[in-house]
Amino acid sequence: MSRNPRDTSRTPLDLAHATPDPAFEITLDGRPLPALPGQSVAAALWAAGILSWRTTRRDGRPRGAFCGIGSCYDCLATVNSRPNQRACLVPARPGDAVTTQEGTGRADLAV
Amino acid sequence: MVGAACAFYAARSGLSVVVVDRGPVAGGTTGAGEGNLLVSDKEPGPELDLALLSTRLWRELAEEFPERIEYEPKGGLVVATTGHGLDALRTFATTQREAGVTCQDIEGADALHDLEPHLAPGLPGGVHYPQDAQVQPALAAAHLLRASGAELRLGEEVTAVLRGPDGAVRGVRTPRGDLLAPAVVNAAGTWGGQIAALAGTELPVLPRRGFVLVTEPLPRVVRRKVYAADYVADVASGSAALQTSAVVEGTAAGPVLIGASRERVGFDRSLSVEVLRRLARQAGELFPVLKGVRVMRTYHGFRPYLPDHLPAIGADARVPGLFQACGHEGAGVGLAPATGLFVANALTGGTAGPSGGLPVGAPTLAEAFRPERFGVGAGVV
Repeated sequence: MSRNPRDTSRTPLDLAHATPDPAFEITLDGRPLPALPGQSVAAALWAAGILSWRTTRRDGRPRGAFCGIGSCYDCLATVNSRPNQRACLVPARPGDAVTTQEGTGRADLAV
Repeated sequence: MVGAACAFYAARSGLSVVVVDRGPVAGGTTGAGEGNLLVSDKEPGPELDLALLSTRLWRELAEEFPERIEYEPKGGLVVATTGHGLDALRTFATTQREAGVTCQDIEGADALHDLEPHLAPGLPGGVHYPQDAQVQPALAAAHLLRASGAELRLGEEVTAVLRGPDGAVRGVRTPRGDLLAPAVVNAAGTWGGQIAALAGTELPVLPRRGFVLVTEPLPRVVRRKVYAADYVADVASGSAALQTSAVVEGTAAGPVLIGASRERVGFDRSLSVEVLRRLARQAGELFPVLKGVRVMRTYHGFRPYLPDHLPAIGADARVPGLFQACGHEGAGVGLAPATGLFVANALTGGTAGPSGGLPVGAPTLAEAFRPERFGVGAGVV
């Protein structure tokens, strides 16, 4: 079976024959984004075209999802004020406030 | 670490050194430690004197390897949790001060908070030890070995200690062949008793297991090495039963390290959830901020423990050519440079050291660490 590689209907939803319930809203740094029930935070961010939501501790380099299966800890984000959440594992929930995590995400604790 | 320091000072004394290790660098006790360089937990006596000398040597080494070994002269803070505990701690600190330790009494919760803002409220006081410091032990061992210029033979296990007809050591045997040498230094840490046995003598080194919890990386939330006063009693205890006391410190890399447990369970490597639970709870009591922090991983290892809590250092009178440098318990990284210097001196007849020799009082000190002091194996040649 051949398919046109440019066929834009080949979305993850189509491939999985998924018929999810209606989308809800989460935010990244206050900006509203749609998310689907069952989607991870990382999947929702990717679906919105966002690839980076953390900066590294030392050099402030951008990071997002890498392995996507919870192993590499690259996709850490601050979710509802809790830093170091693996965005690829945390299910998105209505109203979740995701914030770009800078470094450890706990600069407020520094003494 | 002790072996690396012996190699470093021996090579610096002009000796040709080969380091044989059945594992990788820092693959045993060194890699399972926290890299503490402490004077605060030692009562006056030979070990404290050795620690004070080592503290000075570590400062010199840190100037030689700036930053690469993560040397942090951050100081220690011992905290009492009760008024009675504070009195005992003060008395202990007074004796240490007389022995040459720099320390100052910290009075009341406010003064404690000025030093460590995240400490639990309401603690009666403590003692501050500015001489306490820390290194990253694996890096420190690796850089000392590299700087020594010694030939490294890693992944090669000593299977025999070779001895001549007169009983004197003349090298070691490994699966790769015989390595001839007029002197063999046993720096096998917790496994030092096995090397001693191969050389036909005895050294009663026993393992004392300890766990460390590693938190997720944090900004600096703990400035010093901070621990509860009962830790000192735990260190000095000879009990086989489990002892835990909160020992908390930040690292240059970010994670906070949480210890310390002591138990004599042989070389049992199984994970003890009960120990981890106790360590986490005690750390949270000392630093409530840690209750909201995730522990990423844990590690554990075996402190090399001799019956009188002192290391065995120097020429072993029972076997000519055999030198001991093991049994430092939980203080091996801290005591390594002074041990290396003592061993190098013993190997060269007293000329080793940055200033051409050991400090005044060294001969008395060396007497306390005589390997044959346990009265076992005497006469075995």
